[in-house]
Amino acid sequence: MHSINKLTLGFATLFATSFSVAVIGAQSSPSTEVKLPAAAAGQYQHTAPTLADIESDSDLHPELRKVILKGRDLFMNTQQLRGEYVFNDLNCKSCHMGEGRMAWSGPVWPAATTLPDFRGKNGHVNSLEERIAGCFSFSMNGKAPEYGSDTMLAISAYHQYMAKGAKMYDKNIAGRGFNHLGNKIPEATSYANGQKVYEENCSVCHGSNGAGTKVDGTVVYPPLWGDGSYNWGAGMTRVFTAASFIQNNMPLGQPGRLSDQEAWDVAYFVNAQERPQDPRYTGDAKETREKYMNFHKATLYGTEVNGAVLGQHDNTGDKPFLKPDVLKPRSFN
Amino acid sequence: MKLTTAILICVTALVVLGIPTMAVADSDRGKQLAMQGDGSGAPCSACHGPNGEGNAAGAFPVIAGLNERYLFRTMQAYQSGTRVNPVMSMNIDNFAEQDLLDLAAYYANLPSPAPAAPSASAEQLALGEKIALQGDWDAYIPPCASCHGPNNQGVNENFPAIAGQHASYIKQQVQAWQQGQRTSDPVQLMEAIAKRLSDEQLDAVAAYLASQPAAQQ
Repeated sequence: MHSINKLTLGFATLFATSFSVAVIGAQSSPSTEVKLPAAAAGQYQHTAPTLADIESDSDLHPELRKVILKGRDLFMNTQQLRGEYVFNDLNCKSCHMGEGRMAWSGPVWPAATTLPDFRGKNGHVNSLEERIAGCFSFSMNGKAPEYGSDTMLAISAYHQYMAKGAKMYDKNIAGRGFNHLGNKIPEATSYANGQKVYEENCSVCHGSNGAGTKVDGTVVYPPLWGDGSYNWGAGMTRVFTAASFIQNNMPLGQPGRLSDQEAWDVAYFVNAQERPQDPRYTGDAKETREKYMNFHKATLYGTEVNGAVLGQHDNTGDKPFLKPDVLKPRSFN
Repeated sequence: MKLTTAILICVTALVVLGIPTMAVADSDRGKQLAMQGDGSGAPCSACHGPNGEGNAAGAFPVIAGLNERYLFRTMQAYQSGTRVNPVMSMNIDNFAEQDLLDLAAYYANLPSPAPAAPSASAEQLALGEKIALQGDWDAYIPPCASCHGPNNQGVNENFPAIAGQHASYIKQQVQAWQQGQRTSDPVQLMEAIAKRLSDEQLDAVAAYLASQPAAQQ
C-alpha cells in the first residue's frame, strides 16, 4: 500500500509537471519584450503628437483645439455614434491602437499626408473624408457621417493633426497599414491550428464565440466575428491584414508574441467565421467575390469553409440597410 | 499489479478533479469560515478586516465585492503556488475546495468599501489617471481600463476590479509580477505590462486607483 501511495504521488507530480510545462510551452516567446518590425532602409517615420500636445500646442486656435479634441473623442469612443453611423461594437481604436498614433497599428496620419490618392479598393481617387467613410461603411458596419458635417470635420481634423510636421506625399512609410507579413497566405496555414492558437491566446478576452465582452453595455473587448464585428467588406477580413495586425498588436501588450505562422493561422481562423454582409453584395457571395476580386482574393468570402459558403446570407447585423449611399464610383472622364 | 492499480487511481483522480464543480456556494458558511479560519492559522478577518475591507498599512487587499470566481481562483492559486504569499498560503492551506467556494461567495457579496482619501499629490494623481485611462503607449503600456473595464471596476473572473483597491497592495502585486512571483494571470497579460511600468508610474497609478470608487455608486 505504501508503495502504491508513493507511486500515485509520483504519477500525480508527473502529470502536474507535464501540465505546467504544456501551459508554459503554449507561449511562443517571452511576453515582456516588445517585438515589432524594424523600419526598412529609407522608410519614412513620423512621431504623431500626443493628447498632451493637442492640449498644449499654442499654435492651435482654441476653436480648432476643440474640434481636434472632439475628433479624438470620436476616434476613441466611436460607440457614441451607435445606431446613427455605427452599427457594430467597434471603435476606431479597436484596430488603430494607441490612439491611432502607433506604427504597425494602422497609424492614421499617413491618410492625411498621402490623400487624395487613387485607391485600388474602389478604383478612384479618394479624399481623406472618403477614406474615413470607407472605415464607417465596412469596419464599423455602418455609414459615414456626411461629408463636411461637424462629425466628419472633427474626425478628419484629428487625422490631420496627427500628421503635424510629417512629410507630404512620401508613401514609403514604416509601419503603415497592416501588411508586414506580405500578402500571400503560407501553404502551411491551418484552420485547426488557428483555433488552437485562438483558444490559448485570444479567447480569454474575445470569447470562444468571438463575441467579445461588454460591461453594462460598454464594449471592453471587441467582437472578432458575428453581428458585432466588422463586415465582409472590411480590410481586416483580408487574412494578411489580420495576420499582420495580430502579430504586431495581440495579445494586448505583447506584440511579437505569436510566431508568423501562428499569426497566419489565427487570422485565417478568425476570418473563416461569419460576419455581417459585404455592403457591395449582389445577392450571391461567389458572384460578389468575383466582382471585387482585387479585394476578395485576400479573403475567404464567397469560398467554402467547413462545408458552407462564407457570406452567402442576407444578414447585415444591426444595420437596417445593406449599402450606404456613399459607396459610389467617381470618374473624371 | 501495483502499477496498474496506481495508474487507475491516478486516472480516476484526474477525471474527478477535471469535472467542473457543481456544488452550490453557501455564503453563510463562508462567513463562519472567514471568522474561524482553516483550523491551523489566523481567520481571514484578522488581516482582511471584519468586512473584507483589507488594511492599507499591511498591504492586505480589499476583498469585499470582488468577482466571486476571481476570489475562488485566487485562493486556489495560493494553495497551488502560482501566487506566493507566506501568510496567505499558511492560513488557507487546510481549506477544502467547498470552503473556498463558500468564502468566495461570502466576500463577493459584501459591499465594497468607500475609496480612501487620496494620499498622493495632485500631480501624482494626474499621472496615475493618465496611466489608468490613457496608458503610455510610447512605452507600450496600454491603459489599465482596456482590460479592467470602464473605470477599472472589473470585467469578470479574469479581470478583477482594481479601482478602490489599497495602493500598497496594488504596488506589491505589480512588483510581484515584475519579480516573477505572480504567474496566475492568463496569457501573461499583466506580467508583460507590469514589467514596463516605472516606479514613478506604479506609485502614481496605485494612488490613483485607490482613490477611485470600486463599484458604480
